[in-house]
Amino acid sequence: MELILLLFIFVLAAFLGFELIAKVPSQLHTPLMSGSNAISGITVVGAILAVHTSSSGLSVWLGFAAIVLATVNVVGGYMVTDRMLGMFKKKGKK
Amino acid sequence: MNAEIIVNLSYIVAAILFVFGIKMLGKADTAKRGNLLSSVGMLLAVVVTLLSKGLDYPLVIGGLALGSAIGFVAAKRVQMTGMPELVALFNGFGGLASLLVGWAEYQRVVDLAAVKIPVGELVLKVKTHLVTIDPFTAAVTVLAILIGGITFTGSMYAWGKLSGKLGGRALTFTGQKAFNALLALGIIAAGVIFSIAPTAEIAYPLLIVVIVLSLLLGIFAVMPIGGGDMPVVISLLNACSGLAACAAGFVINNNVLVVAGCLVGASGLILTVIMCKAMNRTLVNVLFSGFGATAQASSGESTGELKPISPEDAYYILEAAKNVIIIPGYGMAVAQAQHAVKELGELLEANDCEVRFAIHPVAGRMPGHMNVLLAEADVPYEQLAEMDDVNPTIEMVDVAIVIGANDVVNPAAANDESSPIYGMPIIQAHKAKTTFCLKRGKGTGFSGLENQLFTSPNTRMIYGDAKATVTRMVTQFKES
Repeated sequence: MELILLLFIFVLAAFLGFELIAKVPSQLHTPLMSGSNAISGITVVGAILAVHTSSSGLSVWLGFAAIVLATVNVVGGYMVTDRMLGMFKKKGKK
Repeated sequence: MNAEIIVNLSYIVAAILFVFGIKMLGKADTAKRGNLLSSVGMLLAVVVTLLSKGLDYPLVIGGLALGSAIGFVAAKRVQMTGMPELVALFNGFGGLASLLVGWAEYQRVVDLAAVKIPVGELVLKVKTHLVTIDPFTAAVTVLAILIGGITFTGSMYAWGKLSGKLGGRALTFTGQKAFNALLALGIIAAGVIFSIAPTAEIAYPLLIVVIVLSLLLGIFAVMPIGGGDMPVVISLLNACSGLAACAAGFVINNNVLVVAGCLVGASGLILTVIMCKAMNRTLVNVLFSGFGATAQASSGESTGELKPISPEDAYYILEAAKNVIIIPGYGMAVAQAQHAVKELGELLEANDCEVRFAIHPVAGRMPGHMNVLLAEADVPYEQLAEMDDVNPTIEMVDVAIVIGANDVVNPAAANDESSPIYGMPIIQAHKAKTTFCLKRGKGTGFSGLENQLFTSPNTRMIYGDAKATVTRMVTQFKES
């Protein structure tokens, strides 16, 4: 049952994703790409759960590597997007 | 209320923040807040996950700290011009992380299945079938690894191309498509057998096969795509990294991974299609045509000759001009010329000349790349013009200054059917009364195509570093 529910939200999220990006001006394509790229770092949640005390050697280290990589993706992604958008902002104020 | 409910409720809130974040990123005045909102969602998701029982905290916190430090430094230190590469790099990391999550989960289950039986001094590991993996979980594990692996090496290869470490040209070899098809078939075969019997003796080696082949496929799939198409490729790989996270979510039954990953996957896919439309090409065409690798057959080498002039001579023409458009391209980014260009624009305006910046939707290495750079240099918003606003009146323009742009002003796109970029809308710089092309050398552009604009009768070439050239023009203006 849980699986069916997951599939259900998968399908709904897919339609939502398609709908969200309807009319985006081309100057925002890069920030949008980089911002959603940061969101894809959500896999960090899975990585954290993999580093469990009950897990053994290899599994833990795979999880640890995943945490580091995903966090780079998340933190770097959000900050770079923010820097890019900050430049647009500056212009808006003038 | 027990912890699991709190965690799941928080995941729902995080998902809502992601949805609003993406929505707001699509509008100029709310974009910055949207990004902030989605980062709050991410923080919430991570923090509540840390509440789960039995985590190995020193390692978890250590990993988070290390990753944050690396991400922080990379994002702070990167130059605006290096942005596309960095996004590709981050994206690759995300893909690899999803691959590792899928792998780690399988490893964990395999470990659980092995019961340790002490026999005297020795400890025997005996495989049991007490813990089973259902075929669905096995199949999504393969998907997380496959998509994550392709995303990783594909992004790395794209990063190499964008940062100039690997040549920008499309690389093809005979039988490449067949080779890629073979790789894909190998992955499917190994993946299917693994999914049917995930606990069998042969399952683990098969999983390793899937990992290796996926990594190879990422490289070979991006290899034949020319540098000019990298924006589309990165956008597609971004969608893939979302889908990889989504598949990892199915592996560990985690709803926030499924929702967020799927959102990124779907919105990334749509963005990719929008970008392809801007170049008047289809996604299939971008991925499989081996763009720019095929030698141009009929268009012939340069029919006219290149007519170079010095920046000083160019100045005299500019001084008399009443209507100038500046067409920036990747060359401006490389030369870091945006501030000098902005200064030139100001001087021209002061000289009673109308100045506009004509920005092609795919100029640079990422869509909107030029907008970001010109915004950094504080170019007034009113001066930025889109291709469709400039083209109808381009015959009235006295001087069009092309700064390090190539394909987006290549007339072959409009009149040479054999050209690989035929059909792509361009800024028609060749119709301006005079065109200056600032270029580093005489070679072809990033995509490896000849450009007829450079040899057209009213074009003058100004060779050299774009920043130095523009600065010399600026100096001339100031001295006179």
